[in-house]
Amino acid sequence: MTKLPLDGIRVLEMTVVWAGPYCTSFLADLGAEIIRVESLATFAPLTRGVRAHPTKLQLENQPLFMGGYPDRQPGSRPWNRFPIFNVHARNKRSMTLDLSQPNSMDIFKDLVKVSDVFVENNVVARMDDLGIDYPMLKELREDIVMLRMPAYGTTGEYRDYRALGIHLEGVIGHTLLRGYPDMDASGNTPVYMADAAGGSHGAFAVLAALHYRRRTGKGQYIELGQAEDAMPMMGQFFMDYTMNHRNSSTIGNRHPTAIQGCYPCLGKDRWVCITIRDDQEWLSFSRALGDPQWASDPKFSDSISRWENHDEIDTYISLWTQKMEDFDAMRILQASGVAAGPVMNQQDSYENPHLIERSMFQEASQEDAGTHFYPRAPYTMSLTPPNISRGPVRLGEDNEYVYKSVLGYSDSYYKELETQGHISMDYPDYME
Amino acid sequence: MFDGALSHIRVVDFTTHVAGPYCTKLLADYGADIIKVELPGVGDSGRRMGPFPNDIPHPEKSGLFLHLNTNKRSITLDLKSSAGRKVAIALANTADLVVENFRPGVMDRLGLDLKTLQASNPRLVMTSISNFGQTGPYRDYKSSDLLVYGMGGEMNSTGLAHREPIKLGANIVLYQAGSVAAVGSAGALFLTQNDGPGQLVDVSIMETQVGSIDRRMSALIAYQYTGENSTRMPFGASGYPIGVYPCEDGYLEVTGGLIYFPRVVDMLGNPPELLHPRWYQPQSQGDPELKDEFEGHFLSWTLQHGKLEAWQIAQRSGVLSGPLNTMEDISKDKHFNSRGAFAQIDHPIAGVLRYPGRPFTMSESPWAVRRPAPLLGQHNKEILEELGYGPDDIALLRTQGVI
Repeated sequence: MTKLPLDGIRVLEMTVVWAGPYCTSFLADLGAEIIRVESLATFAPLTRGVRAHPTKLQLENQPLFMGGYPDRQPGSRPWNRFPIFNVHARNKRSMTLDLSQPNSMDIFKDLVKVSDVFVENNVVARMDDLGIDYPMLKELREDIVMLRMPAYGTTGEYRDYRALGIHLEGVIGHTLLRGYPDMDASGNTPVYMADAAGGSHGAFAVLAALHYRRRTGKGQYIELGQAEDAMPMMGQFFMDYTMNHRNSSTIGNRHPTAIQGCYPCLGKDRWVCITIRDDQEWLSFSRALGDPQWASDPKFSDSISRWENHDEIDTYISLWTQKMEDFDAMRILQASGVAAGPVMNQQDSYENPHLIERSMFQEASQEDAGTHFYPRAPYTMSLTPPNISRGPVRLGEDNEYVYKSVLGYSDSYYKELETQGHISMDYPDYME
Repeated sequence: MFDGALSHIRVVDFTTHVAGPYCTKLLADYGADIIKVELPGVGDSGRRMGPFPNDIPHPEKSGLFLHLNTNKRSITLDLKSSAGRKVAIALANTADLVVENFRPGVMDRLGLDLKTLQASNPRLVMTSISNFGQTGPYRDYKSSDLLVYGMGGEMNSTGLAHREPIKLGANIVLYQAGSVAAVGSAGALFLTQNDGPGQLVDVSIMETQVGSIDRRMSALIAYQYTGENSTRMPFGASGYPIGVYPCEDGYLEVTGGLIYFPRVVDMLGNPPELLHPRWYQPQSQGDPELKDEFEGHFLSWTLQHGKLEAWQIAQRSGVLSGPLNTMEDISKDKHFNSRGAFAQIDHPIAGVLRYPGRPFTMSESPWAVRRPAPLLGQHNKEILEELGYGPDDIALLRTQGVI
């Protein structure tokens, strides 16, 4: 078997919530050894849970992606059952430290000496408090690659501003570019595209730095401010301002030139998305519907006049889709060469023949969460497929491996550190 | 001489539109040599997508194209002609990576599939970006950025309960697919740089949403854990204050409920009426009447403040928040400007314009604009000469309409 691309590369991470852990999940899938350095002294909200010890009631009141622990039960170790954590924690290792104790930094420094990469995405002050920066790491390991990904970077007016992903979306302009066009912006519900972008860009950044290190022997410092990182993804809107001093606003599900929308189908909360780009697709669409008379109306004969009469076309399309199952609408329209596809819920995804044939979901086990099918990496490779070979890592699961094999600490020193409270698979009971 | 992180990598780029060009833009802006192959006389479809200055279409002035194609060189090639195909193969022989986003099967039909190209360049990597991947029953289906999000992403819980599901801003999911493709490409190249074999990286744009950290993966595993599907929430369903609030001159997004509530009260200047114990009972954050009452206080405050001023005050109290900026706000923002988040680029036809800049900085091998987006076929002669074509060969290709 071909070895994985990052086989032999060790990545230390102190990442929280989404963007940082998503970044290292790409590196893990590519074969790097990822060691999560997890502090027992603080519980970073939204990383291994909203709280360390949530009640059943609290889980019931949270949206599915947060509160959907196995059977909506906290279990005896809730921090190993959190859906936000468990989807990116595949193929990783976890060790614990009590970062409130002074000797924890000695252990951390020993780890840096035997690592290739360090990744973190905390508020800037967190690393300041710990005394971790690039010069410090470089002194311990000359060719280390350091990736920091705070919200707004480590310089400038906003360096200490606090943000979740949703706030970044507003700051970078995305929130005003999406949502219902007939409502004001307060009708928008949260999305987190900047977290996804930070994760993939961050992984690309580390890979680029590893390429450079291989060629030159030099490590380096990478800074990815999550807000500015995602701004290039709104490039056309920025360029429109540059060129025309125009501030774009949302057009909802529409497209600037095609006929496009999300239309109701038979059943509860079933929808089909349709995009009709040009005259040819318009004719194909009409044919698929049995050439209804309205479709040949001269006011729908070219793309400009169709767009001008978009509302009326939407009404006709809805009259057709309302009598259809969503997947049937997809099949009929796609067979005619028109882009159409249902809005898929979670069950649809797991039962989808296309995703199943492409092995999008892979079985993985973990003691505290059980055995389930997890989404794999968002791309595949023919010789080194990014498979899930280890289930989502439990807190401190690899303490023995990291302290003894990676760091070479003796059994007696390990025991001592355990007594001092650095080594555990549990957060302290007093932690809420 | 400029030495970027990927200056040792050469790429032949057959991509068009958004996802593929964004993938190769990332590689190009960090140093790779990108040879962009375009259809003679027509070019990348991105050249026909807006914005254009004064809304007047021009193939060398598309703001989207100019942004997505920095640091690339353009050669025009008719891949259906045997001479054109020969040039393409010669180019692939000099390359580490080929990136393409034709419909699945087209590269095979053109005789430019990975197996053929690897015959003379065994370490070649090919990244194929397509709507649904190179295999599977949906392989030949058509798509759009709306379908990608609806079929792959977490659209089913985006929007309001009584309305239709709603998508993200235009093309954003396609950019995300491009960045995932850049990760897979750089990973596969790291293997070949270390004497490993070349291989195919198969990027299904749909799967870049199924495997997205923006709620989808978590909602999927939560379905496995609970048997529940995610839903769109009713308007204003959870604690307070949460969501988007109007200000004097725009909007502020605030997440201030539950454990953060005392910080919000601090932000409002600790008015006595909000210090009453009734706001701090275990059920207070779930009480709709209290929520209404609170929002009255909160709105009367936000409406008296500008969004940036409100943000600054909120941050002083540690309230998680952010203004809803326009592109003008961003372009003029002091913080982003002080950090060099934008780039001034001079283009021979579009002129000097301000572009979005680097996603991240690298201390040793920085992001840099070495050249603006290419004119269609701008580098025909230069690239063919690199391959050893003489002036007569080039003239012939031109009269045959190959370039």
